Amino acid sequence: MSRIPVLKTYKIYIGGKFPRTESGRFYQPEDAKGNSLGNLCRSSRKDLRNAVVAARAAFPGWSSRPAFNRGQILYRIAEVLEGRTDQFVAELVAQGSTAKAATKEVELSVDRLVYYAGWCDKYQQVFSAVNPVASNHFNFSIYEPMGVVAIVAPEESSLVGLISTLAPALAGGNVVVLLASQSKPLCSITLAEVLQTSDVPGGVVNVLTGFDSELLPHFAGHMDINAVIYGRQGADQIEALQRGAAENVKRVSLLGDRNWLEAEAHDPYLILNTQEVKTTWHPIEKVGGSASGY
Amino acid sequence: MSSSVPTTIPDFRLTPTIDQVGVEERAARFRTRSIKKEAKVAGLKLALSMIDLTTLEGQDTENKVRQLCYKARHLHDAYDGLPTVAAVCVYPSLVRVAKQALGDSGIRVASVATAFPSGQAPMPVKLDDTRFAVAEGADEVDMVISRGRFHQGEYNYVYDEIAAVKAACGEARLKVILETGELGTLDSVRRASEIAMHAGADFIKTSTGKIKPAATMPVTLVMLEAIRDFYFQTGKMVGMKPAGGISAAKPALHYLVMLKETLGNAWMNNHWFRFGASRLANDVLMQLVKQQTGRYQSSDYFSKD
Repeated sequence: MSRIPVLKTYKIYIGGKFPRTESGRFYQPEDAKGNSLGNLCRSSRKDLRNAVVAARAAFPGWSSRPAFNRGQILYRIAEVLEGRTDQFVAELVAQGSTAKAATKEVELSVDRLVYYAGWCDKYQQVFSAVNPVASNHFNFSIYEPMGVVAIVAPEESSLVGLISTLAPALAGGNVVVLLASQSKPLCSITLAEVLQTSDVPGGVVNVLTGFDSELLPHFAGHMDINAVIYGRQGADQIEALQRGAAENVKRVSLLGDRNWLEAEAHDPYLILNTQEVKTTWHPIEKVGGSASGY
Repeated sequence: MSSSVPTTIPDFRLTPTIDQVGVEERAARFRTRSIKKEAKVAGLKLALSMIDLTTLEGQDTENKVRQLCYKARHLHDAYDGLPTVAAVCVYPSLVRVAKQALGDSGIRVASVATAFPSGQAPMPVKLDDTRFAVAEGADEVDMVISRGRFHQGEYNYVYDEIAAVKAACGEARLKVILETGELGTLDSVRRASEIAMHAGADFIKTSTGKIKPAATMPVTLVMLEAIRDFYFQTGKMVGMKPAGGISAAKPALHYLVMLKETLGNAWMNNHWFRFGASRLANDVLMQLVKQQTGRYQSSDYFSKD
């Protein structure tokens, strides 16, 4: 007797849990031959709201972790992802990739995570500055995470593109609400399962699946999102995003033209896309009794 | 009970037992009501007008209380037509400051008393505490019952204590805090509610906010049903105040649904129903502005207190 296969339901990832969308809706992306890839949640704006609430709650804990510890956790994600290589390859193939290209993409994704894991405790001393000023002050400019970052992940590069936009924001201490590729969403939810088992605290990364045409206005308009990374193309979408983002002066980074499959697509400057510069003035004074005046 | 008005104090050992599973299922039903658009805005404004804006910390300063009073008067000036909160709730030593800061705004001053939050003090101290708060200008007094005595079965002591504090309150309205998180069972909540109402409480209140769990929907439902039964028995209305743990707008709307479906419209105002909360106001404001602008709001744009 032949066995009936058990098909996986891909649920969204909010606050460290895997709920279904509150709207109860789903959609079925298809591969090139018209076969259904599975049942995916068609997230609503309320799922986005819930994800932002979860992310905001996770921000103090994640951003105040020692940078070295964040690096350890990013490295742990890479480890767990490597261990599930076969599953990611199978999903990429189902989404239309060749086996060879899929294997390369997964390997590249692991390497990219390791790359940004290394930058966690280095970008601040590399990019921060001690500024010369005309008065008796030490003047520092240091980088700090912006807060809740919304990422609209690349549509075509559904794994390495996603990781390449996600990892710099995480490395810099931000928390993330991520909208996965609409046509190729399988890897994003499997990655969420990796994140949940890799010491990443709940709420630090939240993954939604669904239609960008429906969700983009709310990504742009939400007052509690501090920055948006847009990994796709489309002049109209970009204009709408920038108009909406102007209301609370969100920073919008456009990364839709990058080829994430290149080995050299990693870039420490991407970390700075979701950082704010804080400049502090510290008076240089003679401390009583000490001669040095440091 | 045959007569409509009891002439003697009832035997509190005989209060009805509560079906916990039934109460929890009933309470869960209230969370499934869909309230949208105009009804939601009206509900949110009503909830706002029922808030007792509260600060009860050892670190409270006079200026912290003045700041809270300012917040009570000016919840969010960018939004036209907002109500003010119902009252500001502080410790007795800060009542005078709050009274002065609130002036003629119509916002009442509530004061905790009777050795809040533990209630572990001798009776004369508790009465002095109450008289002091009233003399300083408190319009409302929030007292705590002696939970220890209650657990020992000394219901008469608890009753007498509430009656004595009520007498000490004079004109001020008395809210009786049962501290349901320390009562253990819903049966005890029901019993304590009846003791408080028969002893003269104007309000019964769930919690001090210092103990977890604080207000929950099942506990509040049991108390609302006790109020309803007491009203049918005596014709006297008693108010309800869930306090602690209600920090979001949506649960607040669920409480209003529960209030409406249990006690009806007569209780749907801040004379008979209050929320004891410090963080709820901002979430309600954020939801109201969301309804107005269509944009989800951030706490960055609302004053903390």
